[in-house]
Amino acid sequence: MASGIRTALPPVPSSARGKSAAEPGRRSLLRGLAASGLVLAPTLVHAADADPPAPPADPIWSRTLGPGVDDRPYGRPSHYEKGVIRRYVPWLTQSTQSDVSFTPLQDQPGIITANGLFYERYHSGRPAVDPARHRLLIHGLVERPLLLTMDQLQRFPSVARIHFLECAANGGPDWPAAQLNSLQFTHGMIGCAEWVGVPLATLFGEVGIKKEAKWVLVEGADGAHMDRSLPIEKCLDDCLVVWGQNGEALRPEQGFPLRLIVPGWQGNVSVKWLRRIEIGAAPWYTREETGKYTELLPDGKALGFTWVNEAKSVLTFPCPEKPLAGGPGFYELRGLAWSGRGRIRHVDVSCDGGVTYARTNLQGPVLSKALTRFTLPWRWDGKPTLLQSRATDETGYVQPGIAELRKVMGTGSVYLNNSIQTWQVTASGSVNNVQLS
Amino acid sequence: MSSSPSRRIVAPLLALLLGAATAAPAGAQGASPGHYGLGTTPTPAQIAGWSIAVPPSGANLPPGHGSVSQGSELFGTVCAVCHGAFGEGAADYPKLAGGVGSLATVAPAETVGSYWPYATTLFDFINRAMPFYAPHSLTPDQVYAVTAFLLNLNGIVPDGFVADAKTVPAVKMPNRDGFIWKDPRPLTHDTECMTNCTDPARLRITSNAADVHLTPRTTGPLDDMKSKSP
Repeated sequence: MASGIRTALPPVPSSARGKSAAEPGRRSLLRGLAASGLVLAPTLVHAADADPPAPPADPIWSRTLGPGVDDRPYGRPSHYEKGVIRRYVPWLTQSTQSDVSFTPLQDQPGIITANGLFYERYHSGRPAVDPARHRLLIHGLVERPLLLTMDQLQRFPSVARIHFLECAANGGPDWPAAQLNSLQFTHGMIGCAEWVGVPLATLFGEVGIKKEAKWVLVEGADGAHMDRSLPIEKCLDDCLVVWGQNGEALRPEQGFPLRLIVPGWQGNVSVKWLRRIEIGAAPWYTREETGKYTELLPDGKALGFTWVNEAKSVLTFPCPEKPLAGGPGFYELRGLAWSGRGRIRHVDVSCDGGVTYARTNLQGPVLSKALTRFTLPWRWDGKPTLLQSRATDETGYVQPGIAELRKVMGTGSVYLNNSIQTWQVTASGSVNNVQLS
Repeated sequence: MSSSPSRRIVAPLLALLLGAATAAPAGAQGASPGHYGLGTTPTPAQIAGWSIAVPPSGANLPPGHGSVSQGSELFGTVCAVCHGAFGEGAADYPKLAGGVGSLATVAPAETVGSYWPYATTLFDFINRAMPFYAPHSLTPDQVYAVTAFLLNLNGIVPDGFVADAKTVPAVKMPNRDGFIWKDPRPLTHDTECMTNCTDPARLRITSNAADVHLTPRTTGPLDDMKSKSP
């Protein structure tokens, strides 16, 4: 059959191969075929472009031969998804090399974030690390310091785990008030992936941790040599040194060829481009755990070494980017929940600004320290309303409102805003980010 | 198919499985150092080359020294382009000086002088990450000098201060005791209220992001917000 097709067609001109913009492979192929006098009149192509047909008409893509397997050796999303990209907020920082980009959660259908859409946070831009020349050094209070190549590291017994990573500053701009009218920008400093690598505990066993060891410094190979101090208990508990993400090697944006994953803790401690692990007896008090990533309280004192992303949830449909465009009637409310302390136990949704709540359906798998999907069937009556979601994790902790958090943290904080999100639905079905008293 | 397989088969099988199960973790975390025998032992020179972190004790500070005046000159040529001639911060780059007494106000300025608890962190960070556009391009003497200048700019050390491995850890920063190094979370203790959770009569929208125009476009190409379309 396949060989029959092959012989029935004229060879495609080489100019038609491997083009990229605007689904050009298909158009070039069509042009090639048309030029060869075999099939289609060009007018058909134009008609299809202008007016996508409904039944009973047959659309153009059903009447033409598409590009072959040599067209995209590395796949990419449909041309029609070109607006689904990471985005940034230009006024947040002065330089894109020390900045954050946001995952388009409004377009993420499940719990796994696509590698090309996973949010980025750089402190000194994205380094281009050569895996053959990359090394991991483990030293300090150990019996046997160790220098590993990637090949050597990848021979250790490995595991695969699904975990979210959330930047400490996710939701930060909304501490003082509702400021960003977008799900991508209010909640998009998060992603969830399957990570493959070696438990840090295995490597610590290999080097032999001395009795007085209490703290661990993890450091990147980027220009900032981004570094954080971590308590050794967490490192031995569930931290991973990973090279795999969602079926391929880490992307350079995510630390290629090697990064740390510290499950459930604010993203920056999962140091990317990991090159050095030092075991010590006391913290180092690095810039990223003193001058930054500390939380100033209203009384002028500050909280340091606050790592856990507590239980949080958000409705991903509807949201400002995805309004109730179809008018009144049936919709499925959809969202994501997560907790840095374990599994999500419940997610409840309010359609009246938090007066009453209804329990949603959690969709498996419900994994520890991973995004969890929830849904609730809903019939919109066309009236303005206020939608909220509220997560409870396996410790019994219930996601709080912003007003409650402000009682402790004030309005000057930047980090660890895990408050309930309120979406205002207007009579037209548009959705806005609002905060309630 | 038999519903109860012979014990004579199951028992040795179980023993085998259990044996395997206990052997596997022993191969991982319980193993003695060097169990896998992978990798090489780094030389002291290799470790020293990468081991740059400086804790508050000052351990690991390199030999060398730098004065306030040397740092002043360097800062003007290397650092001021971003941080401003007086550490005031150009554009949105970090402000490095001032802000003492502001932390408990509504407009706190978290600078090196007002906020950072340890002077060693200053040396460490300049050495590891600065200047932003050319990291690791300063010599230890130069890092000491810029450290000295910034401490002096913040009024923490006198004009004659010379930074070195002894003097930097001895500096007591103004906000040294301003941190609580233990997370008090959870901060809230809500219950899973399902009905009458709040008084609907008191429900009020306090802020709406649609009223402030701070949101970049979330469709089409990336929005640099420089030429916002109407």
